[in-house]
Amino acid sequence: MFSRRNIFLYGTLVVVALYYLLPLYVMVVTSLKGMPEIRLGNIFSPPLEITFEPWVKAWSQACTGLNCDGLSRGFWNSVRITVPSVILSIAIASVNGYALANWRFKGADTFFVILIVGAFIPYQVMIYPIVIILREIGLYGSLSGLVIVHSIFGMPILTLLFRNYFTSMPEELFRAARVDGAGFWGIYLRIMLPMSLPIFVVAIILQVTGIWNDFLFGVVYTRPDTYPMTVQLNNIVNSVQGVKEYNVNMAATILTGLVPLIVYFISGKLFVRGIAAGAVKG
Amino acid sequence: MAANGTSVSIQDLSLNFGAVSVLRTLNLDVAEGEFIVLLGPSGCGKSTLLNCIAGLLDISEGRIFIKGKNVTWEEPKDRGIGMVFQSYALYPQMTVEKNLSFGLRVAGIAKDEIAKRIARAAEILQIEPLLQRKPAALSGGQRQRVAIGRALVRDVDVFLFDEPLSNLDAKLRSELRVEIKLLHRKLQNTMIYVTHDQIEAMTLADRIAVMKGGVIQQLDAPQTIYNRPVNRFVAGFLGSPAMNFLEGRLEKDNSGWRFAAEDVRIPLSTYAFESEPEPGPAVFGIRPEHVALNSGSGWPFTATAAVEVVEPMGSDTLVWLKLGKQNFTLRVTAECTPRNGETVSIGFDPMRASLFDIAAGNRI
Repeated sequence: MFSRRNIFLYGTLVVVALYYLLPLYVMVVTSLKGMPEIRLGNIFSPPLEITFEPWVKAWSQACTGLNCDGLSRGFWNSVRITVPSVILSIAIASVNGYALANWRFKGADTFFVILIVGAFIPYQVMIYPIVIILREIGLYGSLSGLVIVHSIFGMPILTLLFRNYFTSMPEELFRAARVDGAGFWGIYLRIMLPMSLPIFVVAIILQVTGIWNDFLFGVVYTRPDTYPMTVQLNNIVNSVQGVKEYNVNMAATILTGLVPLIVYFISGKLFVRGIAAGAVKG
Repeated sequence: MAANGTSVSIQDLSLNFGAVSVLRTLNLDVAEGEFIVLLGPSGCGKSTLLNCIAGLLDISEGRIFIKGKNVTWEEPKDRGIGMVFQSYALYPQMTVEKNLSFGLRVAGIAKDEIAKRIARAAEILQIEPLLQRKPAALSGGQRQRVAIGRALVRDVDVFLFDEPLSNLDAKLRSELRVEIKLLHRKLQNTMIYVTHDQIEAMTLADRIAVMKGGVIQQLDAPQTIYNRPVNRFVAGFLGSPAMNFLEGRLEKDNSGWRFAAEDVRIPLSTYAFESEPEPGPAVFGIRPEHVALNSGSGWPFTATAAVEVVEPMGSDTLVWLKLGKQNFTLRVTAECTPRNGETVSIGFDPMRASLFDIAAGNRI
């Protein structure tokens, strides 16, 4: 139990855990203090007088620009961006991956290469052209425009993920379903979908956290009243007028990070299993 | 057009993957109710041919008829076939019953008709108690039975088996082999069966098609293939232990044709030549079980040799010795097993032998 090896191992783990937990501790503690207490400067000391005022303010009263209804506006914007983006991108990518893995159509390899190359093009190159495209089709600044952008940028990695997963399934299953008379959609919906829960969980986690945490696309392709939560958080924290309300800023930051955190906690085990399953064949 | 009574007819079928030719202008007619086995080493194109018949692979050239109907470009479901796979390929998330009924539900068949067909298949295959289980809760033999049932319920004309017993252990394999044979007798359907196992081929088939390199080498009844192989490949592929091959020359003297290898002279007066032979290099083949041990001088050919290795196998014994300078095995009953080093006499009738030319390996 207390062998040298164990002491080193657990010692290292404890140090690393502290390193990552300390900032979170400071944030939680600070968000529960009032401003006078913060000014004392003891950032590691627990709050003498616990107050939830900063949390309420961050959620419903903090000002960004002319709007003073707090982060709640950004939260709902983010929900309205994330949910359709996740559903749309996964729905399309899973069918892509299935078609690439099972229906070796003519030019499938070329198509796949093009898609993968897409994953390596830096986003910055495409930002301005996409602004123009969205403007031309009249979606610039709207939530649906951003949903489309997120869905497209999620496509390469998600398609790869699904293709690899479906490739690892026995091909005879697919052949048996064809002999049984099921078509493209029949096989996808009735045979493949029920067998691929783990990979869907992985895709959902990747997309929810990725899209929720996105800042760049949010700030470029939306307007102030449709800003996602991350952009709004930035605007609250970085506002230059008046006193810096550290407790509100900390509460706002935790609120914004809560969604990905919850997703990880709920599905951590499934996530690891799915990643392993998708990585078997390349 | 396909002749009357022909169930599956394959005409000039070719399949290329890019520059690689997998099947080459292949012709095969399978009669109604016939059990055909496609036999060959891995990579010979036998499974590919089966997948072409099933419609799971698009062919490059040629035509396929099933029951007189040109199905070359039909979907698998419209060909009137059922297929059984090596890995069973049962849908893991469905119960046995749902597995059996999947194809019928896709085809939109009425519920009571589905129930009737499942009941019949389950009875034939004795899987009634398993209907509500998932495939993961079944043994290998049970799974393969369900897989056969899935082909059975579709009420098809032609059954295709793709190495269905290869994933099972030896005992189950021989049990299920007999069951497939009984099933064929009961249903009288046309069956095309792919295997690399010569025992399965010999025991099940009405006719065997031995394949190599995308070409059918010989298509004949099992006994004919065993006793009169058309070339050296077929001769060597069937039979365990393998046929003895002696390399030498074909010669003619006053008393007729004979085969000469070193100091061994085998008279060929009883051998049935395919056509009038020519003198020259040749290969003489005879199966180990067609050679007699210490049984007198009544044979057209006799010789003496020292036993090198004896391999008792329980039911019979393999004896290794040298004829001339070449390896030679014979199979004898367990009772008359010789000792190592003992000098024995052997004898056989060249009537049971096979002669091949040395270049192309064709039967002479």
